[in-house]
Amino acid sequence: MLRFILLRLLQAIPVILVVITVTFFLVRAAPGGPFDSDKAVMPEVKAALEAQYRLDLPMSQQYFAYLGDLAKGDFGPSFKYPGRDVNELISAGLPVTAELGAYALLVALILGGLAGIMAALKPNTAQDYIPMSFAMVGICMPTFLLGPLLVLVFGIYLEWLPVAGWGDIPGDKILPSLTLGAAYAAYIARLGRAGMLEVMSQDYIRTARAKGLPEWQIVVKHALRGGMIPVVAFLGPAFAGLLAGSFVVETIFQIPGLGRFYVQAAFNRDYTMILGTTVFLSTLIILFNLLADILAAWMNPRLRAQLGESK
Amino acid sequence: MTSIENTGNDNPVPNNKISDIAMAEQGTSLWKDAWARLKKNRMALFGLAVLVLFSLIALLTPWIAPYGYEQQNLDLGATPPSAQHWLGTDIFGRDLMTLIMYGGRISLAVGFVATAVALLIGVTYGALAGYVGGRTDAAMMRLVDILYALPFMIFIILLMVVFGRNLLLLFLAIGMVEWLTMARIMRSQVQALRQQEFVEAAVSLGLGPVAIIRKHLVPNALGPIIVYTTLTIPGVMLLEAFLSFLGLGIQPPQTSWGLLISYGAETMEEFPWLLIFPGLALALTLFSLNFLGDGLRDALDVRSSKD
Amino acid sequence: MPFNTLKLFIIILFSCLLMACIGGESKVTTGNRDGILHLGNGTEPQGLDPHVVTGVPESRILRALFEGLVVKNPYTLELEPGVAQRWETSEDGLVLTFYINPAARWSNGDPVTAHDYVWSWQRAMNPAMGNLYAYMLFPVVNAEAYTTGKLEDPNDLGVKALDDLTLQVTLNEPTPYFLQLMDHYSTYAVHRPTIEKFGKATDRFTKWTRAKNIVSNGPFNLSEWLLNRRISVKKSETYWDADKVKLNGLVFYPTENIVSEERMFRAGQLHLTNDTPLEKIPVYQAMENTPFMQAPYLGTYYYMLNTQRAPMDDVRVRKALSMAVDREKLTRTVMQGLVFPAYAITPPGTLGYQPPKLFDYDVEKAKALLAEAGYPNGEGWPGLELMYNTSESHRKIAVAIQQMWKDALNIDVTLANQEWKVYLDALTQMEYQVARRGWIGDYVDPNNFLDMFLTGGGNNKTGYADPLYDELILTKAPQAKSKQERFALFYEAETMLMEEMPIIPIYTYSTKRLVDPAVKGLPSNLMDSFNFKYVWLQAENTTKEGE
Repeated sequence: MLRFILLRLLQAIPVILVVITVTFFLVRAAPGGPFDSDKAVMPEVKAALEAQYRLDLPMSQQYFAYLGDLAKGDFGPSFKYPGRDVNELISAGLPVTAELGAYALLVALILGGLAGIMAALKPNTAQDYIPMSFAMVGICMPTFLLGPLLVLVFGIYLEWLPVAGWGDIPGDKILPSLTLGAAYAAYIARLGRAGMLEVMSQDYIRTARAKGLPEWQIVVKHALRGGMIPVVAFLGPAFAGLLAGSFVVETIFQIPGLGRFYVQAAFNRDYTMILGTTVFLSTLIILFNLLADILAAWMNPRLRAQLGESK
Repeated sequence: MTSIENTGNDNPVPNNKISDIAMAEQGTSLWKDAWARLKKNRMALFGLAVLVLFSLIALLTPWIAPYGYEQQNLDLGATPPSAQHWLGTDIFGRDLMTLIMYGGRISLAVGFVATAVALLIGVTYGALAGYVGGRTDAAMMRLVDILYALPFMIFIILLMVVFGRNLLLLFLAIGMVEWLTMARIMRSQVQALRQQEFVEAAVSLGLGPVAIIRKHLVPNALGPIIVYTTLTIPGVMLLEAFLSFLGLGIQPPQTSWGLLISYGAETMEEFPWLLIFPGLALALTLFSLNFLGDGLRDALDVRSSKD
Repeated sequence: MPFNTLKLFIIILFSCLLMACIGGESKVTTGNRDGILHLGNGTEPQGLDPHVVTGVPESRILRALFEGLVVKNPYTLELEPGVAQRWETSEDGLVLTFYINPAARWSNGDPVTAHDYVWSWQRAMNPAMGNLYAYMLFPVVNAEAYTTGKLEDPNDLGVKALDDLTLQVTLNEPTPYFLQLMDHYSTYAVHRPTIEKFGKATDRFTKWTRAKNIVSNGPFNLSEWLLNRRISVKKSETYWDADKVKLNGLVFYPTENIVSEERMFRAGQLHLTNDTPLEKIPVYQAMENTPFMQAPYLGTYYYMLNTQRAPMDDVRVRKALSMAVDREKLTRTVMQGLVFPAYAITPPGTLGYQPPKLFDYDVEKAKALLAEAGYPNGEGWPGLELMYNTSESHRKIAVAIQQMWKDALNIDVTLANQEWKVYLDALTQMEYQVARRGWIGDYVDPNNFLDMFLTGGGNNKTGYADPLYDELILTKAPQAKSKQERFALFYEAETMLMEEMPIIPIYTYSTKRLVDPAVKGLPSNLMDSFNFKYVWLQAENTTKEGE
């Protein structure tokens, strides 16, 4: 097991290097530069700016200089926010997005997991159709619609919750977490139902039933592990994808998270910021995919048995 | 190591698959049986009917739309449903029903084309990686990791600038992104199936890898693939709306359901019909897709018919 | 484990709900009590270094933190003393002398001196600084040569400290609008010891503007800067005119999404917004004691025509397109009657200047012109692409105008919505046919609009070039003896410009924002210029907050 993890971590290094290289040249190939602005920029001023950011050097030198800085853990200064470096921007936005993502996943797991299990226990009955219809609504209800809807109902009409902000007014974290969680809840419900259905028809569940165990015990003790495997496989990339996916929610609720930085960096041609967030994101994706694989192994009884033997 | 690489396994593999060899050999009867089973599923048939109807409307829109889609009446502005405009008008005084019909053309096209691209690439790639295994598999999956991590927005901007604006290109670009998850799911399915007796039997019968993948692995992994596909289509439609909203997708006055919904969401208090009707169109399509998907999955699942 | 988490989550959820319901005193209510103004500020500022940043949100914060030599009265836009107690202009208009208020202080207690200005302006114009607004000071002797690197010694610049409190500025030629620029942040003084403590004078990356580091000279001091969250400023104790400052502080929110901003306002989280969604405006206008405030804004929204590309190289085509735009209808419907039709580049009424109006909405004439140009009733029309950058209002206008052209001239125009940087790049490369653009004046003077169209000017980008026009703007107007003569020359130039029609003026901007009734002393003005010194909060007894 340890060997496998180490190997995957080793493989991550070339992956990240390729990501950096491709991104580095990709962003420079995109039309428009970081200093293009609404008003004409004098050539002398532009040259001075480019010199400050090393953009006057040949591309290869820029590239190796960047790698050198990166090796020292320095993502470089931001183009859009002079006086801030990318490390600072990421460390300001990350905790917020991570917290938002964690709450959203919690919402998603609880709502989606429960709905999926309920549906799978009595397929093709009302207990299946009702939660699954909600899940469908969740899937086709984009966040840019659900967010404002929740705000209007709970923020404006009922005046129960704040309409925007993060950690500013008590309760302002609830609506964004619900909004972001809803879409994932819908996916989890669908995937969870499918997974549970597969498991519930397995021999070992039938054996458990034959033993006369109560249904809830069968679900909790036996079926849940196997049935949630597809969910776990989905969660790995999903959690990493939250970073990019939280952009809309962060915009609607004025949340100072990383998602806004990630998307806006692309629009601002903030080269260092794009690279910084991308490197960061790719590391996260690799880690979470790995974690999902490990978790799935732990949950899959057959594979676990194999692992046990190989020890 | 390979045994642990297996761990992406999604579904515990069904038993008695050996019988599937016989089934696959006479492929036509598999589909015939499936169709027979599908016909009994009312919800699935309803879904199919709605989708066929919507596709027909989309195809015939230029001839049957009540108004021209760019036909404005600025002085009229946004009005609620009326006798002249059954679903009301938008802020330009354009007929909403016409807009929804034209929008359906784009949304359905992007939904199906991009998803088809994603399916084709994802399933092939995932099946290959899962079947071959070892270093090749590791290398292929790391490529997927790389593509996951690249900044999508910049990629789209570049595509649009280098190749110009092109609807087909937009569809392809979206499909190129969506295939990644599909590949991961397919791979984990194939990995689990590969060690099953019926595959080994097929190998011993001397079937080549392509034939095995096509005849045995893909059909047996259809369930999760269908479920994920029904999840992908709405995802793709909304992604198109997001890109178009940012100026990276289709150009006004062309429109799509996703765009209509996003504009409608901004004015949902003042002009709720601008949100409700496009939303209904999208929701109805997705529900239908879902019913059809579930129906197809059940119909193609050999086991469930035996249970 | 999941069930414990579930319980915990539910408990947290409900306690939050309870707290929100019980402790639900809005920011507006607490702000009114504590004298803190909460305002939507559009976006997170790039930074707070006056010589680095550009942009309206930045300028608003800088206005609270710093003060220029001269400030504008928010009601009349007339100049009044800022850091300078008084000032004199020499008879030939070339030498300005500023007498600095001896009571002016930096927030650490240091006096503000003329030397601060000399050093700051040298910094602002230093080529290494990369200051995008360096050109604001180009009327100063040798400024342009220094910024473009043709002159090495900053001491040759036309800015001198005669003594600690007397600043002398020498100009290249009489520049009537120069005094106005003293209220622009690019001419603000910065605190030398603070900047040098954190790095080189011209280093853009230092942390001198952070909340604990910054030293400024305005009515407020920076107390908190939370990235993408809020920026808070507190009343300054050292400000020379502190007695007049009524607010205890301000909180700026980076409200990028105007729809969310409007909801924040409705929920009592903001005293005033940066903008208002167009569709919401009729609702607010219908209210009694409406919080909606609208005022003309010194800016013009227009379409640029690339005069170097067919079919736009034919002035008849340009005129036909311009005449086929029904501006009255467009502003009345799509823009909700909030902006004013424009027929020239200069907004009407800039210090009494009235721009020429050479044409009107005239479909018949437009058709005739197009026919003359070889496209009778749109026949043989080669197609045209109208480019705009991603934004809801640009989209709406483009969609409407596309249809107007189709209806009036029977020509096909395609729309191209471009991402901002792609759009800018296309403009710079002149890779466009028709492109949307807006210009907001930096100072109130026709020159600010007309000097865009000088031959080869950086903001011209239409290919318009006319030596006679250049001469009027560059040589004749600055030498004019009187305001009337100067304006007559501008009028002549603008008439020439509009005869050639390299642009299609569409409307004159207006500011549209929601303002809580408790906010006092914040008049609308042409420059949308806030002077927070004069603002106070006074909740009326009948306000609906705290319900």
